Amino acid sequence: MIDCIVIGGGAGGLAAAIEIKRLGHNVLLIEREDKLGGILNQCIHNGFGLEIFKEEYTGPEYADKYIKLFLREKINYLIDTTVIDLYKEEDIFIVKTSSETLGIREYKSKSICLSTGSYERTRGQISIPGDRPYGVITAGSAQRYINIDGYMTGKRVFILGSGDIGLIMARRMTLEGAKVLGVAEIMPYSNGLNRNIVQCLNDFDIPLYLSHTVTNIKADDSNHLKEIRVMKVDDSFNVIKDTEIDFQVDTLLLSVGLIPDIILLDQLDVEIDPLTKSVKVDQSNQTSIEGLFVCGNALQIHDLVDNVSKESQRTGKAIDLYLRNTNHSNKKISFIPGVNIAYLTPQYIDFSNPNEKVVVSFRPKKKIEKSLLKVIQNDRIVYEKKKMFLLPAEMETIELDILHFDENQPITLELEVIS
Amino acid sequence: MIKEYICIVCPRGCRVNVDENLNVSGNQCQRGKTYALNEMKSPTRILTTTIKTTFQDMPRVSCKTDKAIPKSLLFAAMKIINQMTIDKSMYIGDIVIENILDTGANVVLTKSIKESTNEEIYFSD
Repeated sequence: MIDCIVIGGGAGGLAAAIEIKRLGHNVLLIEREDKLGGILNQCIHNGFGLEIFKEEYTGPEYADKYIKLFLREKINYLIDTTVIDLYKEEDIFIVKTSSETLGIREYKSKSICLSTGSYERTRGQISIPGDRPYGVITAGSAQRYINIDGYMTGKRVFILGSGDIGLIMARRMTLEGAKVLGVAEIMPYSNGLNRNIVQCLNDFDIPLYLSHTVTNIKADDSNHLKEIRVMKVDDSFNVIKDTEIDFQVDTLLLSVGLIPDIILLDQLDVEIDPLTKSVKVDQSNQTSIEGLFVCGNALQIHDLVDNVSKESQRTGKAIDLYLRNTNHSNKKISFIPGVNIAYLTPQYIDFSNPNEKVVVSFRPKKKIEKSLLKVIQNDRIVYEKKKMFLLPAEMETIELDILHFDENQPITLELEVIS
Repeated sequence: MIKEYICIVCPRGCRVNVDENLNVSGNQCQRGKTYALNEMKSPTRILTTTIKTTFQDMPRVSCKTDKAIPKSLLFAAMKIINQMTIDKSMYIGDIVIENILDTGANVVLTKSIKESTNEEIYFSD
């Protein structure tokens, strides 16, 4: 019997597996790709590791650090292997896998750490009108094509959405000789990190069209992308007349958001949070199913990989505690996002858990210069902190002491705007 | 003429102005001043890209300049790197091009490349 099966061999899975193994348990990590490292392998740009290593690394370099640690721990792992089924029978998880070399296999485990990352929102999810030609792809796919497989996706490019991957790809394609005509962002502010706007757009004189979106897509006779139409939108995102700009392009990259990939949990009756589009967890990142833990982008979308590593290491520690404690009582209270909070995790605080520090991650709903962050229980402010320069594009974390709360009433987190 | 920069040192993102006498304003800390002056005089960036290989399972391997190079040389450096092909096993950190364009920066691999399993690559150091 395996103590823990870690699904996913990217930043999250590696950090969790290393921690669980170090704490004395046997672990099996399963990765779908033929290499460990996950999405870091295609993120060849700089800027990773500043928080953990105090140095700037590229994605592959950051992955390499963790892969080396992982291999030194002699953790069992499978690559080129897809998990096709995950369910629970009594207290045991059954994981079915499929691979070319081993065929269909079945593994049994006492716990699961799901670190399957996220997938990109596509054209269908934002309903862009027009033809359906070749040449409309997500920014992350284009990144993989260029950086791993080694071919360009086009020569004249437009980007919809100012998420970090889109910005990074604007620079990457420019360096490789493409002409990037612009980036359209439906919001009045960018969704990417400021430093990426500067380094990826301004450096190469790529225009950013705020409060603009793509309103039409045209194909040529051979069904390749020929032209897109971009228009301005008002405060309620309605298109404004007579603001059309047409761009002749062969590629439209979409950078319109990531969604946690928890499709493997379909067969399990897990409680979902509509705000994170992932599962609800307590401070151990344990879901409503005992023994099932989720971390990394599968739990919430991070903007820094360093935070994924830290969160996953914490999850590894929590899995160790779970495996050691046979008595799993449940004393959970809700942790609720209040005024100006877009989402938060954990959504529950478990008082039977000996973990006394609760690390809370959240995003504000809007850009706020000065604010007072308040944690409220029973109309009483339990914790208060000034926060400056909050942006929806940047995830925030705070640490709370569980001893400050009573065990029966829900807790709310809110941001009061101050001047 | 006043030039405006968005500082990228911290998430605050100050709009920093530099005038022709190199007077800096708008920065809320000292680091913003240093950043803006560097941007004005000689903006530099680390270049990250990929190099072609002859290995079937890894047609591209990632690389970077180990120091920031002048922004104006980015495309010239890309041209040189794009003419390279790697046909033998090499490891993360190995120098592929020494002192590219006389900038004092080397182009180094950011990933190991070897025709074998992951394990052999990662236990090589």
